[in-house]
Amino acid sequence: MVRFFVLRAIQLVVVMFVVSTLLFLLLRSSGDPVVLLAGEGADPQVVERIREAYGFNDPLYVQYWRFITAAMVGQFGDSIAARRDAMGLVLSRVPASAELVGAGFGMAVLISIPLGVTAAVRRGRISGILAQTVAFVGQSIPTFVLGLLLILLFAVQLGWFPPFGRGSLSQLVLPAVTLGTVLLAKTTRLVRSGMLEVLGSDYVRTARAKGLSERAVIWNHALRNALIPVVTVLGLDLSTLIGGTVIVETIFGWPGLGRQIVDAIFVRDYPVVQAAVFLIAIAVVLINTAVDLLYRILDPRVRVSA
Amino acid sequence: MTDLAPAVPPSVVPVRLPRGRGIASRLTAGLLRNPTGLLGLALVVAVVLVALFAAQLSPQDPIQQRIVARLRPPGYVSTNGITYLLGTDQYGRDILSRLIFGARVSLGLGFSVVILGAFIGVTMGLVAGLIGGIIETIIMRLVDALVSVPFLIVAVAVIAVFGPGLQQLIILLTMFVWGQFARLVRGDVLSVKEKEYIEAAFAIGASRFRVAWRHVLPNVISPVIVLATFSVAQLIVAEGALSFLGLGVPPPTPTWGSMLSDGRGYIDSAWWVSLFPGLAITLTVVGVNFLGDALRDIFDPRQRL
Repeated sequence: MVRFFVLRAIQLVVVMFVVSTLLFLLLRSSGDPVVLLAGEGADPQVVERIREAYGFNDPLYVQYWRFITAAMVGQFGDSIAARRDAMGLVLSRVPASAELVGAGFGMAVLISIPLGVTAAVRRGRISGILAQTVAFVGQSIPTFVLGLLLILLFAVQLGWFPPFGRGSLSQLVLPAVTLGTVLLAKTTRLVRSGMLEVLGSDYVRTARAKGLSERAVIWNHALRNALIPVVTVLGLDLSTLIGGTVIVETIFGWPGLGRQIVDAIFVRDYPVVQAAVFLIAIAVVLINTAVDLLYRILDPRVRVSA
Repeated sequence: MTDLAPAVPPSVVPVRLPRGRGIASRLTAGLLRNPTGLLGLALVVAVVLVALFAAQLSPQDPIQQRIVARLRPPGYVSTNGITYLLGTDQYGRDILSRLIFGARVSLGLGFSVVILGAFIGVTMGLVAGLIGGIIETIIMRLVDALVSVPFLIVAVAVIAVFGPGLQQLIILLTMFVWGQFARLVRGDVLSVKEKEYIEAAFAIGASRFRVAWRHVLPNVISPVIVLATFSVAQLIVAEGALSFLGLGVPPPTPTWGSMLSDGRGYIDSAWWVSLFPGLAITLTVVGVNFLGDALRDIFDPRQRL
């Protein structure tokens, strides 16, 4: 177990190094980064001042070393628009995004498991077909279309939920549903196929032969094993959800990290984009580590290896 | 020494086996038995035709603005007798015509990127699977990295530097899909590689390239076709998402994603501006997915995709 954590810690450092190197290369590959930072047609004096202040006159390897060492401690310089520490600005948006991702993820997990079980156990009956239809529709409708449809129906027509902003619980509902639906659909299908596979296995037959109630067979014996592959996929898709916040936060005016990145692009606030991308890369690695741990707990057959 | 070769007993005269059915006939037979697959095919063909004949089909110029006729509802007839079947947007542009031309962007990008991505991915997968060693490690770690980072975040980081544009979009979307093909093909190559007919091919002196091209590729191609179909759907959604954020193909080119984004500001007063492009994307994606499901049933009975 110690080995597992040590290897993962090394992996995290490698990822931080690679990501910051890529960010450095990306900014340089566009030509003169100062023009990018100052904006097209900026006053030459301003350009020169920025060049001096940010050290763009130094040799490239000096700049690279400075960038990498600063990035490792989360320093990407000041936001150009807000003139405050970029990482600080990015971190201030994390709670809003975490709330949204948590709510969307929770909704997907809580609904998809019973839905997937229903689709498997009641195959061919109305409730089963209904569950599969939900999964299919959810899988096919793009997030940005779903978000607008939900606003159109539940905010504009019915007036049940507010279309914008963050603060109250009712404002969380539409964005969370929009974000979580793709995952909900995918997990439902996985739970269904996992259940179908497990329900035909010997130990389920044994459990039935022992005279256990069908409910106990399905929920205690079958589901536990059907869920093992689901955990991996849920973990991998948690990072997709983080990507999805870019869209959902833009649609619903949610003041999180995703919207901050998009806003930063339009005002060419590159330090903010760098800080946000860096932070998200770290989050993805940490999530994958957590998923691996959970996987080991759920399935003791998996040997500890990193 | 030739007399050491065992004589072929007369009972082992080659038996004529039933000929394996070709891809085309399996496809036709499979689709005919699959109603949702047929529906998907019909939807895809319809959208392809619309995209091909956009100039002939569209009733109006998709870019021309008529400020006097902005945000008119579906079925609006202007004073000079022009009917706007699906209404107009905030600049008075005909939504139907923009939808028709938008199909070109969605499908054009979807198909061209899938071809590019599949080509790169299949090549990489063959190389990784057949050569192995350090090259395989490098390719597969690269794929792992690409697949694990959220696509939209990578896209945002790149577009922040280079700005939006068609070229950036093609590169990004190709990056997004090739890894899936590489993973799939490499996995298949690893299992095909152990088969006797591959050993036989090498034994008679076939080059690695020839073995890959003539013996391995035909045996891994059908899951690639299935994945390519699903990828088109993914790509249409990804392009739509980027255009929706204003990071896709720059205006005034009509794209479904940017039309949807335009309509966002008028959603409480002019629902048609965003609803119709949303339906267009969704129906196309549903069609492609139906077709993909049918192809998977036909080509990939083990359901790995």
